[in-house]
Amino acid sequence: MTTDLLIFFGLAAVAIWTAICMLLSRNAVYSALFLVLNFMTVAVFFLLLQAAFIALVQVTVYAGAIMVLFLFVIMLLGAERVETRPSLPWQGPVAAAVTVILFGMLALALSLNTQSPGAVPLVGQAFGSPAAVGEVLFGGYLLPFEVTSILLLVAMVGAIVLTRRQRSKEAR
Amino acid sequence: MNVPTGYVVGLSAVLFALGVLGVLVRRNAIVMFMSVELMLNAANLAFIAFARQRAEPSGQVFVFFIIGVAAAEVAVGLALIVAIFKTKHSIDVDQVSGLRG
Repeated sequence: MTTDLLIFFGLAAVAIWTAICMLLSRNAVYSALFLVLNFMTVAVFFLLLQAAFIALVQVTVYAGAIMVLFLFVIMLLGAERVETRPSLPWQGPVAAAVTVILFGMLALALSLNTQSPGAVPLVGQAFGSPAAVGEVLFGGYLLPFEVTSILLLVAMVGAIVLTRRQRSKEAR
Repeated sequence: MNVPTGYVVGLSAVLFALGVLGVLVRRNAIVMFMSVELMLNAANLAFIAFARQRAEPSGQVFVFFIIGVAAAEVAVGLALIVAIFKTKHSIDVDQVSGLRG
């Protein structure tokens, strides 16, 4: 039990530290790399919570594909350091106060829940394996899965349309 | 890992609050967008914790869908940022004030 708690708090510290570093670093490339580290830490949490397939999806899709896209756009635009002074000087403190209030309410909601969910149940090795997740995914969730594929197609077309050079306008 | 589910959900709340702080404080559109990803990831962590608590694989399928939708969202969002950069030559969100009354 204590070993589990040590692992949990160590990983949680890494996750929170990388998130804070992502927020504070002035260079957007560093922010992206800290976010990759954060996603990897969360993937380890997924592994420890018996979600092996989702952990691998997290690493390949989030830490791999999505963050490469982010880095690519940052370097394409040369937008590493485009931070100006905020036009509203009181924005930072107000934002911090609002965030503290939000976190306080979340913590209050968590602590007010007196109904203990009970001990975490034991699950077999197969829980969260690709076979188990795939069975549910292609069983009861087949329609949402297909809708997601159409959504991805629409997003791909949309991204191409948005970034396409408009030749007819430029020719004029 | 035999840790109470409340601890994992608490960590998820911390990460979510940090994401909110990032969106509110930073002015770089790409970093704001990365903070949104941080919030999505915090929600995923809560989903996985609850799936583990209830020994129910549906929660993991939900996370799979969220990751898919996030990929679509990133593609469109970054395309929008590139389009804004082409017209404004900046991705500072304070510069995008064309609709100011």
